Amino acid sequence: MIWFVAALIGMGAVAWVFRFAGQAATGNAPKFRDMPYGVAYGYVLGVVVLAWLAWAYMQGRSEDTAIANKFFFLRIAIEGFIIFAIAAWVFRLFGRSVGTAGTKKLFRSMPLTASFGILTILIYAIFAIFAGAIAPYGQEQIIPGVAANVIPGGDPTLGGNPDFPLGTDQIGRDILSRLIYGAQNTVGIAFATTVLAFLLGGTLGFLAATLGGWLDQLLSRAVDVLMAIPSLIFALLLMTIASVWAPQLGIPLTFFMVVIIAVIDSTRVYRLARAVGQNIVVMDYIEAAKLRGEGLGYLVFKEILPNATAPLLAEFGLRFCFVFLTIAALSFLGVGIQPPLADWGTMVRDLGGFVNFAQFAPMAATAPLLAAGAIALLTVAVNFVVDWMLQKSSGLKE
Amino acid sequence: MSDDILVKMRDVWLEGRSDETWNPIINGVDLTLKKGEVLGLIGESGAGKSTLGLAAMGYTRDGVKISKGTVEFDGIDLLTASAAVKRELLGKRIAYVAQSAAASFNPAHKLMDQHVEGPVQHGVMGKGESEEDGMELYRKLRLPNPDQIGFRYPHQVSGGQLQRCMTAMAMSCRPDLIIFDEPTTALDVTTQIEVLASIRDIVEQFNTAAIYITHDLAVVAQMADTIKVLLKGDEVETADTRTMLSAPTQEYTKSLWAVRSFERPLKPAVNAGSVPVVSVQNVDAAYGTVPVLHDVSFDLHEGRTVAVVGESGSGKSTTARCITGLLPPTAGQIMVDGEVMPPDYRKRSKDQLRQVQMIYQMADTALNPRMSIGQIIARPVEFYLGLKGAEKRKKVDALLEQIELEPSQYYHRLPSELSGGQKQRIGIARALAAEPKFIICDEVTSALDQLVAEGILRLLARLQDELSLTYMFITHDLATVRAIADEVVVMKDGRVVEQGPKVEMFTPPHHAYTDLLLSSVPEMDPDWLTNLLTERGVDNIGDAAVDKM
Repeated sequence: MIWFVAALIGMGAVAWVFRFAGQAATGNAPKFRDMPYGVAYGYVLGVVVLAWLAWAYMQGRSEDTAIANKFFFLRIAIEGFIIFAIAAWVFRLFGRSVGTAGTKKLFRSMPLTASFGILTILIYAIFAIFAGAIAPYGQEQIIPGVAANVIPGGDPTLGGNPDFPLGTDQIGRDILSRLIYGAQNTVGIAFATTVLAFLLGGTLGFLAATLGGWLDQLLSRAVDVLMAIPSLIFALLLMTIASVWAPQLGIPLTFFMVVIIAVIDSTRVYRLARAVGQNIVVMDYIEAAKLRGEGLGYLVFKEILPNATAPLLAEFGLRFCFVFLTIAALSFLGVGIQPPLADWGTMVRDLGGFVNFAQFAPMAATAPLLAAGAIALLTVAVNFVVDWMLQKSSGLKE
Repeated sequence: MSDDILVKMRDVWLEGRSDETWNPIINGVDLTLKKGEVLGLIGESGAGKSTLGLAAMGYTRDGVKISKGTVEFDGIDLLTASAAVKRELLGKRIAYVAQSAAASFNPAHKLMDQHVEGPVQHGVMGKGESEEDGMELYRKLRLPNPDQIGFRYPHQVSGGQLQRCMTAMAMSCRPDLIIFDEPTTALDVTTQIEVLASIRDIVEQFNTAAIYITHDLAVVAQMADTIKVLLKGDEVETADTRTMLSAPTQEYTKSLWAVRSFERPLKPAVNAGSVPVVSVQNVDAAYGTVPVLHDVSFDLHEGRTVAVVGESGSGKSTTARCITGLLPPTAGQIMVDGEVMPPDYRKRSKDQLRQVQMIYQMADTALNPRMSIGQIIARPVEFYLGLKGAEKRKKVDALLEQIELEPSQYYHRLPSELSGGQKQRIGIARALAAEPKFIICDEVTSALDQLVAEGILRLLARLQDELSLTYMFITHDLATVRAIADEVVVMKDGRVVEQGPKVEMFTPPHHAYTDLLLSSVPEMDPDWLTNLLTERGVDNIGDAAVDKM
């Protein structure tokens, strides 16, 4: 504790010296002259953190496995970060030099985060669509005699198996194949659910904004009631009921899940669509269209919708993440996507026990983290793209 | 260099960033301001007057940079000055009054709390002292109830009063320079005049230098000692006010001066027996339970323009809403061609809707930003006339030619790619596309520069002659009334105060309110405000005079 306080104070002194030296060295250039003390402190803090990361990374690569194991995940994170950054940069460079003038311009104004997001989403999409062709094994295929070999890398000296680059789970299914099929199941179902939520919430929201009056009151209060119930618990409750109905009605449980999550999430979409729509319906061009005698369909789809696309698209990306996480959570809790279908949430639950190996055998602990990482990566990527789109649509510069 | 020079800008170049490149905004303008002098900066929108005004404070908006030149304030170079030095100057010795006071005050704090912030922060005065000084300033600015008004919230005072509070706030540290950025543009004529009078008074009293940015020549003639005319970032000419008004040397300046001379020839009187195109008969209307119109009646005859004038809140636009059917009247009726119209627009037939078209004040919000010009104009053509394909395109092209825009060039553009005047023309074309008899023009020129506005007025006049259209022209600008109207209806508090042919309305004797409106319109004569004040007395202008009626 004392060391921590001393380090903070020490950095404070260094920051002051840094600013003073900067002023002296550059002949009082505006950058140093007008630099607040907090900013100087921030620079120093940043350098210290970077230095610690570099030190920790070197520890991670240490010969001594005891030390290396301690910093194993940090090492992977740093290496991953650098690889992703380079990939995103190359991808952006590619986009800037190939394609039409429009896409080139788009890529020129794109931050690295957005290009990383787009690249990741593209890769996920390819895996999801061509899962059957890419995956080496079937998602339900149990390969005899190789169960619970969770060491990734396929290096036999470390205990891996070159036939299964990411290892196999407890009953002998190939983790790589299940990850790839998981993209299809988890992402595909999440996408369908989000589209449904938007169709429902968007349409009702615009109708409420355009017509107002008792319809608006009725819909808005109904949405308030639905939103008042904690969404995950509500979804769990409904899923439990549905799991009884599904076999009786002969409808797959997944269908119920899509509808339940779509309805719960459409309440958020409804609120956004209504708020955006209300700002648009007061415009003079809507009044002009009303006075022309236009019908409701024309008003909603030709006049309002095109002006609401930017915020709705941004919300779509965000909502997709939430839906996706909800599905993974439900699957983790055992009421979502049902085995033997591969799903990332289920995979995390099934392989979760291996996390306990993290301290002495980090390689073995990666098994549940692969699926968790796939979820995290997609969520981050979508958020990056959404951020970028929001910034573009709000017209903010720099 | 003489000592009384306060602001010295030499060869200033400003650039703004758009579409990944830097575009010039101001090209090498010089500006010199002596202590206690008022400089008027005028020009059309986009001329760079606000940007130049802000640059005089050493400040630029985001995405704008000063690429060349020097800006000196009282011998201090503002462009190289440190943030600390600037912080000491801005607010204390240089103050800024923005166009919209309502948007510049923080609605969450009382006026006085915002007023004292500057002096207290800069260490000029203590809080109590500054509050007393604020009351004194409010008194000097002739605000009603000066001891109490500071303890209200911004939404509790009127627009004109708020603008004066803002001026008081700018004065709170007794700055050497105040930059006024169109402070009266958003105000009614009767309100504008009291703000002008009080600004001029207080600037004179404290011998403050000011840069007064506006596009209204008549206003600047009252306020400024010197006038500088800008055109697209270039200085056109600079001269002292009287010389500038009586003998402008440049063509552009002359054309600005000449705008106000547009006037249509008088039309013969209406035949007594003819049926009016639109007849508003004893209309009462209310928003909820609040009555806004009382017994409004007037007729509009074919091929004529009726100007409806009055301050904001007088019920001009509400009358238009009653005619279009957006606000069904609570009593009375609207007749078109001798036929009673259903009060609610939803009950009107397509053909009844087609008869009455509207052109809006803000072309920005009147055109759907996601539709191309072609789509916007084609929609009513298709909707009312049932034309499709090539025929529709031909009709749209013809309409674009009618509003003097080249069809092939504009058909595929979006509204955001057009200038304000061009957008307003598209609004006109959309109204014409329905082939109506009657068009309501709601303040169509008030958001436009004078030269552009004149072009729109001439276009409307030509279209009226060609198509024998009837206009209801809502405006608060009497110069526009003079230019285009055949008959005038004066409204106040939801009632028609006076109506008749234009000539009668502009010759005395008037109704007292008409007289007040007419005399409040600034004229180009630099002595106009002084004369008016001596004639009426300082307490008898603006809101005070209106309230006395």
